[in-house]
Amino acid sequence: MDPVFFIVFRRMRQPLLMLIVAYAIAILGLTLIPGKDADGNVWHMGFFHAFYFVSYMATTIGFGEIPNEFSDAQRMWVTFSIYATVVVWFYAIGTLLSLIQNKGFRQAVTEMRFARHIKSLRERFYLVCGYGETGSELVRALIDHKQHAVVIDIDETRINELSLEALREHVPALCADARRPVHLIEAGMNNGKCAGVVAVTNSNEANLKIAITSKLLNPSTKVICRADSHDYEANMASFGTDEIIDPYDTFAIMLATALQSPCLYVLLEWLSGAANENIHEPVYPPAKGKWIVCGYGRFGKAIFERLKDEDIEVVVIEATPEKTGKPENARFVEGRGTEAVTLKEAGIEDATGLVAGTDNDANNLSIIATALEMNDQLFTIARKNLSENKDLYEALPCNMVMNPGNIIANKIRVLLATPMLDSFIGLAYYQDDAWACELASRISGVIDDVVPDIWEIRIDSEEAYAVIEFIKRGFSVTLADITRNRYDTESQLNLVILLYRGKDGELLLPSDKQVLYPRDRLLICSQRGVRHSMEWALQNQNVLEFLLTGKTPIQSTLLRKILN
Amino acid sequence: MNPEKVIFGFFIILAATLNFGFFIGEIDNPDHHPVYELFFVVVVNLIATILKFGDRTQMGALLLATSLVAVLQLIAASVIWGIAEYATGEGMTPVMMASIVSLSGGALMANVISVVLLVIETVMMRR
Repeated sequence: MDPVFFIVFRRMRQPLLMLIVAYAIAILGLTLIPGKDADGNVWHMGFFHAFYFVSYMATTIGFGEIPNEFSDAQRMWVTFSIYATVVVWFYAIGTLLSLIQNKGFRQAVTEMRFARHIKSLRERFYLVCGYGETGSELVRALIDHKQHAVVIDIDETRINELSLEALREHVPALCADARRPVHLIEAGMNNGKCAGVVAVTNSNEANLKIAITSKLLNPSTKVICRADSHDYEANMASFGTDEIIDPYDTFAIMLATALQSPCLYVLLEWLSGAANENIHEPVYPPAKGKWIVCGYGRFGKAIFERLKDEDIEVVVIEATPEKTGKPENARFVEGRGTEAVTLKEAGIEDATGLVAGTDNDANNLSIIATALEMNDQLFTIARKNLSENKDLYEALPCNMVMNPGNIIANKIRVLLATPMLDSFIGLAYYQDDAWACELASRISGVIDDVVPDIWEIRIDSEEAYAVIEFIKRGFSVTLADITRNRYDTESQLNLVILLYRGKDGELLLPSDKQVLYPRDRLLICSQRGVRHSMEWALQNQNVLEFLLTGKTPIQSTLLRKILN
Repeated sequence: MNPEKVIFGFFIILAATLNFGFFIGEIDNPDHHPVYELFFVVVVNLIATILKFGDRTQMGALLLATSLVAVLQLIAASVIWGIAEYATGEGMTPVMMASIVSLSGGALMANVISVVLLVIETVMMRR
């Protein structure tokens, strides 16, 4: 039984005992005290009448004196009983009410309901710890990709926000501290339905604790963590955490990609962006010339390393070198970078790029503004620390903004919602820039200016019933067939098939003539809505037959016999 | 000595003994089964039941179950007594009395089990 019942029982024991004793005394007294009826005969009240009378007396309903009018002795007893029983009743009700309002009790009830709900879940789900900027975006993406999520957050306002959000499906949420293992267990971390644990709280320590708990209690769970420092990363890795995402390193890699292959950078931005976001203009960070990096903390160091790898000249500006250390083999200027003097000393006039990477948003904004006044040709990158300053950064004429929440959400979304996209990105890194440019222009041809819809299909009887049926009947179904427009068979649907995985191996941008087999998987990129059109060809046998043969099949068995 | 255990044991044994006192006698003779005794049996059994609330052990659960059985039968007996006395208009008949007493006999069984369990628990504690 749940502990909640025991709490209620234990707390209600005293009031209930007092209630029984008070009732018993009142009833017994009434049966013992003699009364006189209208004719002057002595009568004794039976237990039945006494119980009836006390029941309505104690609850202050008061139907009057029955069965006969009371004698004065009886009235004296009743006066005493009224005070005794009514007070005890109030005591019992008061105890019950205070128990219900008790914060600990309510938390226990909420947790009990939550745990029961999680136990009844039939589908596999992801447990998302932390429903901040990253967590909320991630949950939305999971739900959009027909997956399920369960949320734990320590902040009640965020849980309330979740319940207000218009998600397509119910997301169970618990307001509790995810650092405590019991809460992770209540959230179903080791009940076999949990596909993975995502720790994206804003505390490194909490993320580490979640990773440890998950890996120790259920080693087979996939664990994805956010970590802002290398110490924590190493610690998480030692517990076998599957994916550790460091927003600073991730951004530095993106910058390196943009330097080496701008087209690939644009392509990855489009493919991994959040749904309904506007697509970004391509950026071309200068790969030649001098870069100035302000702030040599975790972010500054990650950027510095990447720029050095590209053989770019870097000047570092840092206010507290005794804390962060000084870069080797690079020029170093001490200062905050917000003053023109420091920037001048670093050589802002002939620099081509500037990174404002301190951990203070006001300083970063000031650095960018000052630097652009001195050299308006600069390519600028700003680090955003607090999401509440989003509008300020949007107003600033800055080429790239590093936004930790978005970076982590994008990365995890790719990993969980579209795992094939992760393989695609891995393969794309091996291609040259010309390949990426061609693909980018192909994709820009099929989408308008919002982030494209990326989805996976599996050729099986659930997701592609018609295709499976036709393969069984001996037809050879190719990619060209299923992507044909059903209203105009000469044209194709507006989509790009990014990856084929199945019988013929893993193929990047498979050709139209690729034949499909059962259990093959496809990764497709298109405008929103195209997916629905394509489902006709995948699921409806008549539509697919028309696309394959150009003829509309006769539906009725009788007509078919007559006409053939 | 644990005063809680004293009170607990006192009420459980009192419930069983009072029950026995009411039960003994000719089964259909109202003179052998005073109604005051039935009243006290019901009250003491209710108290014993409440005392068993909130014990999370297996033994506690079993003790609570026996008490609930006893209370259920005793309340049924009281209701029959009320019906016989007031609702039928015939007063107490031997048939009604017999069914009241046999119900209290059932409750007695449950109370005896309760006492046995209490003894077993005490023996198991060995203190």
